[in-house]
Amino acid sequence: MESCLKGRVGEVLLPGDVFRLARTETTISLSDPEPDPLRTQKVVCGPGLRRDGDHVVVSCKSGVLKHKQPNMYWVDSQQRRYVPAKGESVIGIITAKSGDVFKVDVGGSEQASLSYLAFEGATKRNRPNVQVGDLVYAQLIIANKDMEPELVCIDSSGRANGMGVFGAGGLLFKVSLGLVRRLLTPQNEIVKGLEKLFPCELVLGMNGRVWVRAATVQKTLIVANLLESSENMTAQQRPILFKRVADGNLQIKKEGGRERDMESE
Amino acid sequence: MAHDAKLSKNLLRMKFMQRGLDAETKKQLEEEEKRIISDEHWYLDLPELKAKENNIVEEQSFVPCEDLKYGRMSFKGFNPDVEKLMVRMINDVTDEEMAIRYESLVDSMKKKYAKKRKGSAIDKDVNQNVKATIKKIFLKPQD
Repeated sequence: MESCLKGRVGEVLLPGDVFRLARTETTISLSDPEPDPLRTQKVVCGPGLRRDGDHVVVSCKSGVLKHKQPNMYWVDSQQRRYVPAKGESVIGIITAKSGDVFKVDVGGSEQASLSYLAFEGATKRNRPNVQVGDLVYAQLIIANKDMEPELVCIDSSGRANGMGVFGAGGLLFKVSLGLVRRLLTPQNEIVKGLEKLFPCELVLGMNGRVWVRAATVQKTLIVANLLESSENMTAQQRPILFKRVADGNLQIKKEGGRERDMESE
Repeated sequence: MAHDAKLSKNLLRMKFMQRGLDAETKKQLEEEEKRIISDEHWYLDLPELKAKENNIVEEQSFVPCEDLKYGRMSFKGFNPDVEKLMVRMINDVTDEEMAIRYESLVDSMKKKYAKKRKGSAIDKDVNQNVKATIKKIFLKPQD
């Protein structure tokens, strides 16, 4: 039944494309003890695809159709605007404190709310020390089209696991959502190259925000510029630039010169 | 005179009147009560709902699609806490590991309890030629 989807993997889809999945018999016969393997086969439609009524999948973003075994399909698209999705980890900026919730800007159409109890070790007595303007790394637990998204800074067992307030002495910048996803894929080349350079720290939010910190301001800027420029670099250009940074060619030059150098890459 | 007088239905329906009633009147009353109850129930006149099998599952996030990692990283020991976290996030306990771990736990707990209860299953069936264990008794300190 998913053959029509499978046939278009790797092709470009446009909003409004419809897949009519061949309809198998929908009534379950009670006499047949073993269900037909064809019928029980489910299709998971990821971002960009959605179910519309009865067995029809319509794509609502333009991009390339991707497939993962056994039955996952999604549209890989290039965008900068974040649409909150449940379960994703994002970098938010606290914009307001109101009663027992914080309002957090996550880059979506609406501000998310973050309860003051959703921090590790927080109780009604013991409020977390969060100020307006702080950065938080948090996970979305509610993300609906028609509702205010909701964040938490703890996992299901109540531990922070790297979430919560962070961001002293680092640099926050915004990249495209596609680049963040590329950086987060296992065994990514950009991250591997960065790993070999010098001690640094990264926080990647699925909402396109990236926060970096290294020993000095200059090194922090180098990492930030490397990440930003690797967005539009080919696999051949990237190692050359990384090697130049590793050799210290960029650091010797003056600040302005370095900037120009990076852009000319 | 007394036989001709008819008691009202409502009176007959009362609890204390039930004993003296004959079977037929009782039945009649019950039926009537049932009818009243079913009349008072109301329902929506809708066609029967049919459950359809849904073969499409929606997923909003990219994370399960592309097997994305956790978004905190640290390199070359810049932030040791985060590096520990990275290792933990990668080497998460799989179901198989959990099962093996739990299996051994069950085993060791069994042994523990077996030891506590003297003459238990383990001592008998694991090593049958065990020497008679010396019973521990309180030894009076010599002074």
